[in-house]
Amino acid sequence: MKITYPHMGNVCIVIKALLTDLGLELVLPPPTSRRTVELGVRYSHEFACFPFKLNLGNYLEAYELGADTILMAGGVGPCRFGYYAQVQQQILEDLGVKMEMVVLEPPDVSFHEVKDKIHYLIGDLPWWQVFKAVRFAWSKARAIDTIEEKLLYFRPRVKEPIKLEGYFRETLKEIDEAADRREVERVVNSFLKKSEIMPQLSVKPLKVGLVGEIFTLLEPFANYDMERRLGLLGVEVTRSVWLSAWINEHLCRGLLRVRTECSDDKKLAAPYLNSFVGGHGVETVGCTVGFAQRNYDGVIQLAPLTCMPEIVAHSVFPAVSEDYQIPLLTFYLDELSGEAGLQTRLEAFVDLISAYSRKKEGVL
Amino acid sequence: MDLYLGIDVGSVSTNLILIDHQGELYLSPLYLRTQGQPIAVLKQGLALLEERLSATDRICGAGTTGSGRSLAGALIGADIVKNEITAHSVAALSQVPQVRTVLEIGGQDSKIIILKSGIVVDFAMNTVCAAGTGSFLDQQANRLNLSIEDFGDIALQSTNPVRIAGRCTVFAESDMIHKQQMGHTLPDIVAGLCEALVRNYLNNIGKGMEIKSPVVFQGGVAANAGICSAFRRALETDIIVPQHFDVMGAYGAAILARDYTIEHGCETQFRGFGVTLLEFQNRSFICKGCPNACEIIEIKQGKEVLARWGDRCGRWTVAESA
Repeated sequence: MKITYPHMGNVCIVIKALLTDLGLELVLPPPTSRRTVELGVRYSHEFACFPFKLNLGNYLEAYELGADTILMAGGVGPCRFGYYAQVQQQILEDLGVKMEMVVLEPPDVSFHEVKDKIHYLIGDLPWWQVFKAVRFAWSKARAIDTIEEKLLYFRPRVKEPIKLEGYFRETLKEIDEAADRREVERVVNSFLKKSEIMPQLSVKPLKVGLVGEIFTLLEPFANYDMERRLGLLGVEVTRSVWLSAWINEHLCRGLLRVRTECSDDKKLAAPYLNSFVGGHGVETVGCTVGFAQRNYDGVIQLAPLTCMPEIVAHSVFPAVSEDYQIPLLTFYLDELSGEAGLQTRLEAFVDLISAYSRKKEGVL
Repeated sequence: MDLYLGIDVGSVSTNLILIDHQGELYLSPLYLRTQGQPIAVLKQGLALLEERLSATDRICGAGTTGSGRSLAGALIGADIVKNEITAHSVAALSQVPQVRTVLEIGGQDSKIIILKSGIVVDFAMNTVCAAGTGSFLDQQANRLNLSIEDFGDIALQSTNPVRIAGRCTVFAESDMIHKQQMGHTLPDIVAGLCEALVRNYLNNIGKGMEIKSPVVFQGGVAANAGICSAFRRALETDIIVPQHFDVMGAYGAAILARDYTIEHGCETQFRGFGVTLLEFQNRSFICKGCPNACEIIEIKQGKEVLARWGDRCGRWTVAESA
């Protein structure tokens, strides 16, 4: 059994650590690239969401490298993600691609089903070994979140952001290669030390909250490097979704103690949005209100084109923007998004929030 | 005289403008067709400007905007490289300080900018379709055998504009042909097209925007009296078309360059009119460093790399494009 799974930002590092320690053989798809998009788009329905197309591209590229089993997450609720695995499986079958799809439905829905699937994959592995693997993978998830957070913090502040990004990429690679938890800790600390002593600019960066659909938020390829673009424009970005918080909430039933800035924001969605609309629609609205209450200069929403939960969230934005006097901007992205228009709108938005904040402070 | 240079390199036209300290126009602005050759047109424009300047004139600041802003900025040594939305709103504010809405329709893109007490509070650009833009009008004028300059005045002669489906350029065209075959008069069809364009603009770009007056209409299409009058009817308010509506982007860039150099008290980075004599080589290549296969664009002058951009990771970047 040669297992593969689709990419979502740096999640692959975490899953790789977990599955390798569980004794499984992995064949990872190459990092998502234009070729991935081409493959995915060619065999997907035109109006399928962008993440769907990228997943499919990932499978096909992994298949070329010899993978035969796909590990994919499932979902419930109004978001189309719940059907991804089944539809993708059908497409692969029609293409004559012989791959087995193992779908892990969210454990908060059917714990037994997940247990059976895991048992199918790893057989009778002693529980302490499973525990060790999970703990190791978890340490990598935390490590990645830590360095990403620092990257977002320092990128608009340091004089040489490109150099900082270089450190970041090196550290990411070291985390991936780290064989034990102590090593993970060591490389993270070394990154923190290196980034903290970098010469900084004297200006205070603007602050923007990033909300929206999780895949688009976490996968730089899908969001056209939004965090990087903003950072280089001198903006400190805070993301509403973090990998470890997400794992904790959805896979561990919130048993672990992970606090992020937006942990309590979900309940702020009411009175703007009172019911579950699928995906991260409620979180998007809640976090937007949260960012506004914490005096952010602006909020940017990211979503795949035609993403229903995010469209619902978007529809209440004018009211939020009016009540809190905060500029909001939405990007619907897919393979046809124009980079030039995106950059122009981002630059204009940064000018807008900069004028807004100067006005608030009474400079203008 | 101390002057500030503003350049707007757009998809259809490249505009150059000079202003003095007070923001007054110096000489008349240049409006050139880009014709897919931004570098050549830029050099031509600068050469034309240089001829008209006297020996005592001095460029104290330069700014660029438009879709070719990074390229132009690297070539001339701009002090400031700004997006079109900011440039257009700065220009509109300088002409109508109370402005609440800026409608801008250019060759291939259109935007709306909403302002409140002199600052931009919201904006939108066309992202999926160019049906409501200048190129569309150009094409339809062509089809009707009209020159684009007469288009607006013919529309004004209409007493009963026909309704044309304007959601999509292709369908608008077939609907227009249909209306011709039905025997509608030319002015009615032209006026109908103007209304279709305005409807398309307001539905796509103006969607969800609170359009308040004073409304300023700028960009090349503002020359078209038919469109102006269609906007006036649709919005039920007066539309202000500034005197230099077609070069407002460049004008905004010049103002931004002036403010920037004065605020920072710095010498201009402008490389002088000598750049018109220099040879630039631009090339693009695909980076083989990773599977992303980024398209890198490089501008060289002799052996010196002036600018390079297009990579996701930053390994090639020489000048920041922003």
